[in-house]
Amino acid sequence: MTRIVVVGYGPTAHRLVETLASKGFDGTVTVIGEEPRPAYDRVALTSYLSGTTVEDLTYEVPAGVVTRLNTRVTGIDRRAGRVELAGGGSEPYDVLVLATGSAPFVPPVPGAEHAHVYRTIEDLDAIRTAAKDAVEGVVVGGGLLGLEAADALRALGLKTHIVEMSPWLMPRQVDEGGGAVLKSHIEGLGLGVHAGAGVREIVADGDGRVRGLRTPDGTVLDAQVVVFSAGIRPRDELARSCGLEVGPRGGVVVDAGMLTSDPAIYAVGECALAGGMVYGLVGPCNTMAEVAADRITGGSSAFEGADLSTKLKLLGVEVAQFGAMEGALDVTYMDPVAGVYKKLFISDDARTLLGGICVGDASPYTSLRPFVGRELPASPSDLLFSGAGAQLDLPDEAQVCSCNNVCAGDIRTAVADQGATDVPGLKACTRAGTSCGSCVPMLKQLLEKSGVEVSKALCEHFTYSRAELFDIVRVRGITTFSELISRHGHGRGCDICKPAVASILASLHNGHVLEGERAALQDTNDAFLANIQKNGTYSVVPRIPGGEITPDKLIVIGEVARDFGLYTKITGGQRIDLFGARVDQLPAIWQRLVEAGFESGHAYGKALRTVKSCVGSTWCRYGVQDSVGMAIALELRYRGLRSPHKLKSAVSGCARECAEARSKDFGIIATDQGWNLYVGGNGGFKPRHADLLAHDLTTDELIRTIDRFLMFYIRTADRLQRTAAWLESLDGGLDYLREVIMEDSLGICADLDAQMDYHIATYADEWAATLDDPEKLSRFVSFVNAPGVPDPSIVFASERGQIKPVMAR
Amino acid sequence: MNWTTICAFEALPPERGVCALVEGAQVAIFRTYEDEVYALGNLDPFSGAYVLSRGIVGTRLGEPTVASPLHKQVFSLATGRCLDDASVSVPRYAVRVGVGGHVEVSLEQRVEVGV
Ligand code: SRM
Ligand SMILES: Cc1cc2nc3c(=O)[nH]c(=O)nc-3n(C[C@H](O)[C@H](O)[C@H](O)COP(=O)(O)OP(=O)(O)OC[C@H]3O[C@@H](n4cnc5c(N)ncnc54)[C@H](O)[C@@H]3O)c2cc1C
Ligand code: SF4
Ligand code: FES
Repeated sequence: MTRIVVVGYGPTAHRLVETLASKGFDGTVTVIGEEPRPAYDRVALTSYLSGTTVEDLTYEVPAGVVTRLNTRVTGIDRRAGRVELAGGGSEPYDVLVLATGSAPFVPPVPGAEHAHVYRTIEDLDAIRTAAKDAVEGVVVGGGLLGLEAADALRALGLKTHIVEMSPWLMPRQVDEGGGAVLKSHIEGLGLGVHAGAGVREIVADGDGRVRGLRTPDGTVLDAQVVVFSAGIRPRDELARSCGLEVGPRGGVVVDAGMLTSDPAIYAVGECALAGGMVYGLVGPCNTMAEVAADRITGGSSAFEGADLSTKLKLLGVEVAQFGAMEGALDVTYMDPVAGVYKKLFISDDARTLLGGICVGDASPYTSLRPFVGRELPASPSDLLFSGAGAQLDLPDEAQVCSCNNVCAGDIRTAVADQGATDVPGLKACTRAGTSCGSCVPMLKQLLEKSGVEVSKALCEHFTYSRAELFDIVRVRGITTFSELISRHGHGRGCDICKPAVASILASLHNGHVLEGERAALQDTNDAFLANIQKNGTYSVVPRIPGGEITPDKLIVIGEVARDFGLYTKITGGQRIDLFGARVDQLPAIWQRLVEAGFESGHAYGKALRTVKSCVGSTWCRYGVQDSVGMAIALELRYRGLRSPHKLKSAVSGCARECAEARSKDFGIIATDQGWNLYVGGNGGFKPRHADLLAHDLTTDELIRTIDRFLMFYIRTADRLQRTAAWLESLDGGLDYLREVIMEDSLGICADLDAQMDYHIATYADEWAATLDDPEKLSRFVSFVNAPGVPDPSIVFASERGQIKPVMAR
Repeated sequence: MNWTTICAFEALPPERGVCALVEGAQVAIFRTYEDEVYALGNLDPFSGAYVLSRGIVGTRLGEPTVASPLHKQVFSLATGRCLDDASVSVPRYAVRVGVGGHVEVSLEQRVEVGV
């Protein structure tokens, strides 16, 4: 029986033993690794700092594989066929595989021993500990890993500098132009970038505490943590000491079958020198492992070099490089304002794509990388400017996942023959998308193009998407949840479908959200017409249309807050939030507010929130239209409109844009001629500037266009999909939207208008209606069997002269 | 067995919860679509707030459930077990509709799930 011994237990060793297992190898496999645990996902290492556990990162050891962890191999006795272990002992082999990876390169400068490196879990633990008492950090090396390390230091709260020897960052992935765009992105995030600089010394005090880093020109960058990420060196010391052939600049020399100069010894992964190259990416390392496993089990596959394309998102910036980094011709698209740089390299006859570089927008990577070495599918300018790339059909042999060497044809087979219907299914069948994840958008496109019905089911109770349910409710005239679920669903619903259906019913039929059965569909916020807070109390937000308020009304808010002891804060939406009300206090609070002329602000609802305004032409010396008047008119028009997600708007009185209208779902900016309408803006998790839908509209045109925009969105969006995401997923995008709502290409505009008119005609203030209805009011008690008793679990302390919640634990 | 009378069955809104104060303990009482009645502790173990009675009542694979109104973890009404995190559960109390159609709860017959 063949005895295989593998030295080193990193990702490459793992892929090797996994492949052996899947091929049914029947000898013994022993893996000896010096780290204290089995191989883990080094690519995802940084996520360890943000809470991913060691268990999540660690791979499962395949059944039957023997591991010797925490054990370093100190020598190879080729004659006897055994490896020697630190602390004595040895392990005999018939076949030996070296998978010793590489070590970070630390330049031999004074003080280097006080610096950190960034490769193992233990390295990250040490950095995290050091960062606790530190304020500033420096990363030496502005390559892929250096930037990742810098991002990590920044996330640990350090003011961070990057020192790079080359004249620009990421010299292996981008050219000078791309480097400049990248630098401005990174500096914009508050990191210091020192390109074209080196290291002369790590300055430390007598106790070995790091004080800073001195560059060759004598400048000292203050830092208490220094991390070297200045390249890697193959760990070929074992091979060297037992006389195997190694390259002049390191790396164990192997042939196309991964065999070293000894026919019993293979080398794979980052320690191997294959075809004169050392590969520092998981993709090629995995392929090497598969080739070696195949050869060991009698196969004849060969390693023929690998694609070094990379795409990553570092510090929020997308950077990608694919194919060659030069060519006879090149076409560049550059937008310094948006921070986008895209360049394609093409052959001298301008027909063949050779490669590309992207900074700030990596979409060409996904769409064009599979075309490297092939005829360009469209003109280079179209590909770069209009994003035409996304629509291209890939040939079967085009590689989609470079980490795992999966081609478009493999994906199509998985869909057609293996029944994969979603990304997890494809991952399981093909491994595509399981390493760096950058090919996942491509997998989704291929799924859609293969005609797979990607499940849009809302939840286990409905097999329909929200948009489909909306149509069912509208066309069949359904008015209750019970009717809908008994005819078109299963079970009795859940916290996903109930609020979604409640929102559909409200969009279509208006009517009170707490009427009859509808009350049971609402999230707690809608159920109590207020926003729940961490301690189970609620906040109250009266509507202040356009942010305009009279002194008298301000005084009422102040008095209510004082009399009920509520915490008061100005919101980011130009209104006032009163916090800390118990459910049983809400009616009395609202009684006072309604009497003073306030209405619900729907801060709790998936509905229109605020229409912010700037002061506009009434007061401002630059204003060209009355932005306050318009904001109030719009807020009153759309108040109470329930939608798939919340809706926000703003109106600015001139192009200075003080109301930040372009960050809103629909934003209006005044012009000399009228109003410009922008749609699909978003702050929040994924900020997006709104797109200009139409310009110089009259007031009437503006309002009709917004009416239709909102109603079309409400009809067709997914549950909890803001307009920004909806617009991005809309086939045909902004042009299509214009056709539908401005040229009536679907013939639905009359319908959309009628729906909006109905909403406006039937609007009533939810809080006033609730106060008028004893049945609805009866729900506002803390305890059903003790209506007057306040909830004793609600306790407050005081801070800056106001209350704050105290949690029991 | 010591039963505390809470309210008339009709005072329980269908497919919603209410909270009752029973000998100082907060008990969340739920009425399902089929008019079954369940009682759990009102304390949401994830947030530390007494709010479970205000969650959305529904079903998961046929099992009656409530979702915490704060962060949406789903609990079984039948067992008190959290269906999203097997290591967490809330107390389940005995509840019945007694003579005269009154809802009654007993803290004594409190069943700790998982024991
Ligand atoms: C109160 C307020 C913070 C403040 O004190 O200023 C606030 C508070 C909350 N925001 Fe906000 N947001 C507030 C303005 C904003 C803004 C600024 C704005 O509207 O101009 C934004 C970014 C703009 C945007 O939405 O595009 C904002 C983006 C979010 C998001 C992210 C949305 C997204 O699309 O990514 C959430 C989470 C969500 O809705 O899923 C959120 C959710 C929340 C929730 C509902 C979180 C929660 O479930 O408790 C908070 C409700 C607190 C409460 O009881 O009122 N809040 N939130 C602001 C209320 C404004 C108002 O008068 O209605
Ligand atoms: C933070 C970080 C992010 C990365 N991100 C990406 C990415 O996005 N995309 C990408 O393609 N690649 C990325 N990489 C590179 C990728 O992780 C490596 O290509 C991959 O880990 C190589 O695997 P390996 O098994 O060949 O080497 P290693 O992972 O270095 O494993 C070798 C193992 O052998 C052990 N060993 C060495 N000598 C001995 C000995 N004498 N005795 C016993 N054990 C020994 C070592 O301790 C180590 O555990 C990243 C690397 C890092 C550090
Ligand atoms: S947007 Fe224009 S009108 Fe409005 S406040 Fe600013 S400068 Fe004045
Ligand atoms: S390209 Fe990295 S996982 Fe597919």
